[in-house]
Amino acid sequence: MTPAQRESPAQQFGPGERVRVRRAYPPGHLRTPWYIRGHSGVVERVCGAYPNPEELAYARSGLPAQPLYRVRFLQHEVWPGYRGNAQDSLDVELYQHWLEPA
Amino acid sequence: MHAHHDHDHPHPTQPDTTDALSYYQVMEVALRELLIEKGILSADQVRRQVEDMDSRTPAHGAQVVARAWSDPAFKARLLADGNAALEEIGLERGPYKLVVVENTPASTETGPGVHNVIVCTLCSCYPRWLLGLPPDWYKSRSYRARVVHEPREVLSEFGLDLPADMVVRVHDSTADMRYLVLPARPAATQGWDEQGLAGIVTRDCMVGVALPKP
Amino acid sequence: MTDDPIQRGVHDLGGLPAGPVARSEHDYALWEKRVDALMVLLSNQQHMRVDELRRNIEGLGAQAYERMSYYERWVHAITQTLIQRGLISSDELGRKMAQVEQRQRESHA
Repeated sequence: MTPAQRESPAQQFGPGERVRVRRAYPPGHLRTPWYIRGHSGVVERVCGAYPNPEELAYARSGLPAQPLYRVRFLQHEVWPGYRGNAQDSLDVELYQHWLEPA
Repeated sequence: MHAHHDHDHPHPTQPDTTDALSYYQVMEVALRELLIEKGILSADQVRRQVEDMDSRTPAHGAQVVARAWSDPAFKARLLADGNAALEEIGLERGPYKLVVVENTPASTETGPGVHNVIVCTLCSCYPRWLLGLPPDWYKSRSYRARVVHEPREVLSEFGLDLPADMVVRVHDSTADMRYLVLPARPAATQGWDEQGLAGIVTRDCMVGVALPKP
Repeated sequence: MTDDPIQRGVHDLGGLPAGPVARSEHDYALWEKRVDALMVLLSNQQHMRVDELRRNIEGLGAQAYERMSYYERWVHAITQTLIQRGLISSDELGRKMAQVEQRQRESHA
């Protein structure tokens, strides 16, 4: 079975769940910003499943589609010395394979 | 280059200079001619696509906002499913999922309020089908680097100073969603019609670096 | 993990120090709009994906990324992608670019 023929991974997380972004630093085309790796936040919504951009970038199909989430992080937890409201947030779209339970 | 102002109206295309073409301008000409020769594209397609992109301006986004301000049920539908709401008012659904994020004003009932601002730190993702091409500053190193970690300072540079107790939410458009900020309707617009309302909704309001000014 | 420049992409800018945001805007030149148009048409016709465009932009070194304008990076990345995909060859493109330059010289003579 080719990768594209496998079923989409099951949705692992739901809204309100706490997740952590994996600390991984591979080469390639990544849509997980450097600044957010290692940080934990709360799933704000499940966006659906989309072809994996890490694969699309190399003219491959990106299938099976991967679950995508909007994860909400508190700014003061992400940036040391953040000057602002303690509830200020940073919402980032992250693919499931970058997330683990926090 | 001219002084900053909101680009809510289409601007005339800068004509290609009669000066020598740069290396990359030569590349563009060569690439286009090669693709046309190979039958992959036609000159007509290129021209029509340029015109199509020119026709997409923030006025379309302003229409959506004005409708949401005038019609609470539409606003609820817009927040629940942005693409379906666009289709409802005769606009293109678009190729990406549209997430509409709502600014809420400070009030005694609901608290200090929320302000949203959009960025794509990794490149320049932007709801182009709805607002047209993004401004240079949105794609700049400085905006992309700073608005995620010092949004209030960046907004200040844009002339927007928010109350300290208002919550600021930054949205980094890293994947398949595209964002539109639904600004809070100013109280002074009580009784205005949709056309009047649309007139005060600028591109900068819908990216989150400005507020509508009645 | 240290901020080894080899690990952090040149494009991955969130959180880096930077100066004030320059708010001036430029009207897009026709050549820039054409680059944009080529990208849209080629991806609509499945000849490339925006992800390939991005990857090729990200593959620029830091200096090139900073010095090149937005649409210069795009036209570079479009041609890279099409060469990778086998739609055009370096040789064809090079010859065509030379033709364009020659026409230019003749028209300025």
